[in-house]
Amino acid sequence: MTALVYGLYVIAFALFIYGLMGLAGPRTAVRGNLVAAAGMAVAVAATLISIRETGNWILIIAGLVVGIVLGIPPARRVKVTAMPQLVALFNGLGGGTVALIAFAEFLESDGFSHTGDSATPVLAIIIASVFATIIGALSFWGSVVAFLKLQEILPGRSISLGAVQQPMNLVLLLVAIAAGVGVGIGSATGGAPLWWFVIVLAAASVLGLTVVLPIGGADMPVVISLLNALTGLSAAAAGLALNNVAMIVAGMIVGASGTILTNLMAKAMNRSIPAIVAGGFGASSAGGPAGALASERGPVKATSAADAAIQLAYANQVIVVPGYGLAVAQAQHAVKDLAKMLEARGVEVKYAIHPVAGRMPGHMNVLLAEADVSYDAMKEMDDINDEFARTDVTIVIGANDVTNPAARNDPGSPIHGMPILNVDQSKSVIVLKRSMSSGFAGIDNPLFSAPFTSLLFGDAKASVASISEELKAL
Amino acid sequence: MDYTAFLTNVAILVLAGFAGFAVISKVPNTLHTPLMSGTNAIHGIVVLGALIVLGTTPEPSLLMQIVGFVALVFGTVNVIGGFVVTDRMLSMFKAKPGTRREGERS
Repeated sequence: MTALVYGLYVIAFALFIYGLMGLAGPRTAVRGNLVAAAGMAVAVAATLISIRETGNWILIIAGLVVGIVLGIPPARRVKVTAMPQLVALFNGLGGGTVALIAFAEFLESDGFSHTGDSATPVLAIIIASVFATIIGALSFWGSVVAFLKLQEILPGRSISLGAVQQPMNLVLLLVAIAAGVGVGIGSATGGAPLWWFVIVLAAASVLGLTVVLPIGGADMPVVISLLNALTGLSAAAAGLALNNVAMIVAGMIVGASGTILTNLMAKAMNRSIPAIVAGGFGASSAGGPAGALASERGPVKATSAADAAIQLAYANQVIVVPGYGLAVAQAQHAVKDLAKMLEARGVEVKYAIHPVAGRMPGHMNVLLAEADVSYDAMKEMDDINDEFARTDVTIVIGANDVTNPAARNDPGSPIHGMPILNVDQSKSVIVLKRSMSSGFAGIDNPLFSAPFTSLLFGDAKASVASISEELKAL
Repeated sequence: MDYTAFLTNVAILVLAGFAGFAVISKVPNTLHTPLMSGTNAIHGIVVLGALIVLGTTPEPSLLMQIVGFVALVFGTVNVIGGFVVTDRMLSMFKAKPGTRREGERS
């Protein structure tokens, strides 16, 4: 039976790798996800076979049923706009599982005092378990904070203790590691006391909170990706401790691919991962109410839907720059309708997608794809940046920081050096905004007060719809 | 488990890491969100750990039962929710040639 279980695990992780390969390409992605899910079903079935003689079936079946009942409805009902925070939450639950597994193992083995005979690598197992505990607990609480921030239950801005922040994080990490060493020493002398382990859990949990709380909203996509990678690594460590090859492979693959993804995202923002984790982004720049800053820079020019419609109708090329505001207003269908009308008039419409527009990379693509915008019309930053100079009108819908020319011109700006969309090079710019507030990163945007920019205030969806109405009348 | 088995596991760990790097190195930006969500679902493999802990403890104490049960629920939500939400994200990319053509013509 052991051979059967092991064989099924091999099939499972082959399916994971094959599924992941599929997920990396647009045509194969849906199938890739299903293949990976099939791999997961095989892995769970194999595990159930391996524990078939257990007396805890009621508890196990109850746990699986409760998990399924709690997991499916939010995943099916969540709005497209809220998907990032749901992913953050699911990721946190995975991290929590790892920490709890390590805790359960600790309890079961009376503080690792009888993990096996003398040939068992007890020390290695304890190190893997403590690592899994620290990273799992950190990932759980960090993800909860990320969820609360994206759900806007907590403010998106940086919440920081200032100068004590870094030393405190370091102290917490050292406390967690020291208590972990305590667990290791205790295990050699007839079982580590419970409270050592509780200290590991507690210190890592507080660390998860204090690491993510100071990180400002604009960095949140990178943080979720990083926590995702960390959960993968902790799963691999738990797999080492449990001698489970499927957990090792799946966890490590996620750890590796998540690290790459995190790196790609950080690069797109011209930020380094250590700098992001160090936090405080946006804290130094929030020098006052954004409205006051804007008025210091000069008046902004408001426009009407009718004027905007005229500008658009006689343009040769229009570029749409979507941002988080589009997601909030659910304006993707309205935008698609507007684009359809413009195309009917012979205006070429393209979409410029900044890699970190929205709250996650690819967020905008998902939204626009939902509204049936063709894959070819969505351009990545490097492909479209040269086109702005040839574009008559650029419509910025709820995007802010990714269009901020200060990133190019102003060395004092906290986002200086971040690659941006060259919106300011187009002949005219229409910005759809709810109000004169600054972006998620809390930085003033000189684009809005530029002479070629006009602002259309109001809900993005309503604004786009009224432009379409005016366009019909032309 | 002896040292040889442990080191075999470490070897598998290292190879899996390289496999992860190799598989993911080229992904269009468009697919970053679904990919993050998909990998999130895959690390739901931790549910196996919860199953093993519950399944191999002969007579678990109440605390142990609670910890194992919560771990199992968390892990199951991670797996099921993760795959379902990824599928929903990806279904938006499914080609709908009919509607797209119409859009271009009108």
